[in-house]
Amino acid sequence: MAEVSYVEATCLYPGNPIPAVDSLNLDIKDGEFMVLVGPSGSGKSTALRMLAGLEDIASGEIRISGKDVSRRPPKDRDIAMVFQNYALYPHMSVAENMGFALKLKGVSKTERQDKVREAAKLLDLEKYLDRKPKALSGGQRQRVAMGRAIVREPSVFLMDEPLSNLDAKLRVETRANIAALQARLGTTTIYVTHDQVEAMTMGHRVALLKDGLLQQCDTPRNLYDRPANAFVAGFIGSPAMNLRTANLVPGGAQLGNIVLPLQNSVSEAARAAGVSTITLGVRPESFTVAQNGGSGLKLEVKLVEELGADAYVYGSLQGDDPADKHFIVRFDGRVPPRIGEVLDLDVQPGEEHAFHPETGERLG
Amino acid sequence: MTVVINPTGEVPATPVEPLPTTTVGRVRKGLTNPVASAIALVIGVAWTIPTAGLLVQSFRSKTGQDTKGWWTFSDLTLDNYRRVTSGTGNVLPYVVNSIAIVIPAAIIPIVVAALASYALVWIDFRGRDWIYVAIFALQVVPLQVAVVPLLRFVVNGAHLGSMTVIPKLGLAGTVGAVWLAHACFALPLAVFLMHNFMSEIPRDLLEAARLDGAGHGQIFRQIMLPLLRPALAAFGIFQFLWVWNDLFVGLVMSGSNNAISPITVKIAGLVGSTAGQGGEVVPAAAFLSIVIPLAVFIALQRFFVRGLLAGSVKG
Repeated sequence: MAEVSYVEATCLYPGNPIPAVDSLNLDIKDGEFMVLVGPSGSGKSTALRMLAGLEDIASGEIRISGKDVSRRPPKDRDIAMVFQNYALYPHMSVAENMGFALKLKGVSKTERQDKVREAAKLLDLEKYLDRKPKALSGGQRQRVAMGRAIVREPSVFLMDEPLSNLDAKLRVETRANIAALQARLGTTTIYVTHDQVEAMTMGHRVALLKDGLLQQCDTPRNLYDRPANAFVAGFIGSPAMNLRTANLVPGGAQLGNIVLPLQNSVSEAARAAGVSTITLGVRPESFTVAQNGGSGLKLEVKLVEELGADAYVYGSLQGDDPADKHFIVRFDGRVPPRIGEVLDLDVQPGEEHAFHPETGERLG
Repeated sequence: MTVVINPTGEVPATPVEPLPTTTVGRVRKGLTNPVASAIALVIGVAWTIPTAGLLVQSFRSKTGQDTKGWWTFSDLTLDNYRRVTSGTGNVLPYVVNSIAIVIPAAIIPIVVAALASYALVWIDFRGRDWIYVAIFALQVVPLQVAVVPLLRFVVNGAHLGSMTVIPKLGLAGTVGAVWLAHACFALPLAVFLMHNFMSEIPRDLLEAARLDGAGHGQIFRQIMLPLLRPALAAFGIFQFLWVWNDLFVGLVMSGSNNAISPITVKIAGLVGSTAGQGGEVVPAAAFLSIVIPLAVFIALQRFFVRGLLAGSVKG
């Protein structure tokens, strides 16, 4: 059992003056499932590889159970990693793959077999122990890679996009299995993904990175409800939050044809920041059909995506440029609007988000 | 490789026949049609005819060889074979010499090149690309240019002015000199081949092994060597055939010491240098010398098929 801390940890790639991971500070509690998420090039994988000992740390420290491991070789860090490509040893059987680390440690053959069998049972791999990786399906290979990590009983699991090579259906299933397995084993886990749905569904907490900088680290709920900046707001949630630059007017912010009232804290923060416009964000599900007909936000429907339970309406507000991104609104899937229709919508009070127009920081 | 992924994961995947997407796949597909097969067959037969002719000649007397073509199958006799397996023309001791030369001369460069390319591919150190380029650049030095300096080195050691850099190793006229020469001349190509093969092994595998606690020695022996087997075997076959058929290096480095001369030196010596007498036994001797490389090739040819990497990573 172990907690993990990044303390001002920085990683530089040779020939690139911009750090891949820049002064990362992150505390991961014992037994926590921490997800690192971000777009490609955000440094999330690098952060994981720094912890694994596969990338050098230019400055700062990484601690496991309070001990600085930054200069230690990977094998002395008591970690196990699941790779995106699984990285199974092609010339070894499933059992040999899973037992390789134990064999190197000098664990006796019988003990090794017991542990491998135990892990195989957990992962439903018992039937395949004698097979070579090439005779397995993608999902089975993925489980062997998991098994190889579990057998070692490390204090930290590292997972680098372990689901990205599976098809969509299997991914959803395996997602739940991994989360359940982690809960059962109680091992501190750090999981890297670019998929915000995985991040939201699996993580106890989620750390969002961009350009090597930590944007926000919080529970999925808080990340969703109170994004720290416009980038987080746009990244978390599917479809993405609608983000518009809006002029501040007396009584609120101008959005399309209406003045959206803002919370006091937001107006105060905007005043304190001395800005005349804000980046206004509203999630697609924060809309309802207007109670008082005609007074709501007018949205002209351009495109409707029907997903069964929901329908996503892509439209434009009054005064929108054709170049503006579509405004997205979630609708009940049973009564989808027609293209060309003009909707009359209310924004759920308190569900708007406001960000600084230049820095993107959350206001209020 | 494409696999069918079963959502439950219970049923093992059955590989489906995918449309070939790679160039190799398309070429392979294109070559399996009957016309291509027929062409391959014709080429195969055409290339075998000279060898077949040699085989027939080896069973014919001197008169037959001198007066009529081999396709007449006349004047058949076992006399040639009798002459090359007994008496002064006996080549069999030289077959043993050749074996003694060829096995170390194939193994030494394989071992050195595998270790060198592991370091060049997987260990990060300054200037490793330049070292690799320099090693391969040595491939352009013709053997004929390098063999005399090498012989001088073997006989005298290496000296810079009056200073001795490497003393003479006492290899002159021994089989060790022949091994050294063959190993040296093989290394550039061996390093090149192994380097290329090794750099195709996914880095993830090496990193996984490092995380599993393996050091360089263990990674080399337990991960790289098994995966390199096709490359080792392919190069081993090349080197074996090359050394077996070599006359020049064997002749120069063995210093006309009959106790270590390879069979090629003996076969060359069967023909009298002035009148070309005794040439009629050469086909028989040549056939005796072909037997062993042929057996080696047939035994190892399956290693040419590089299938070992399939399944390590999805792709």
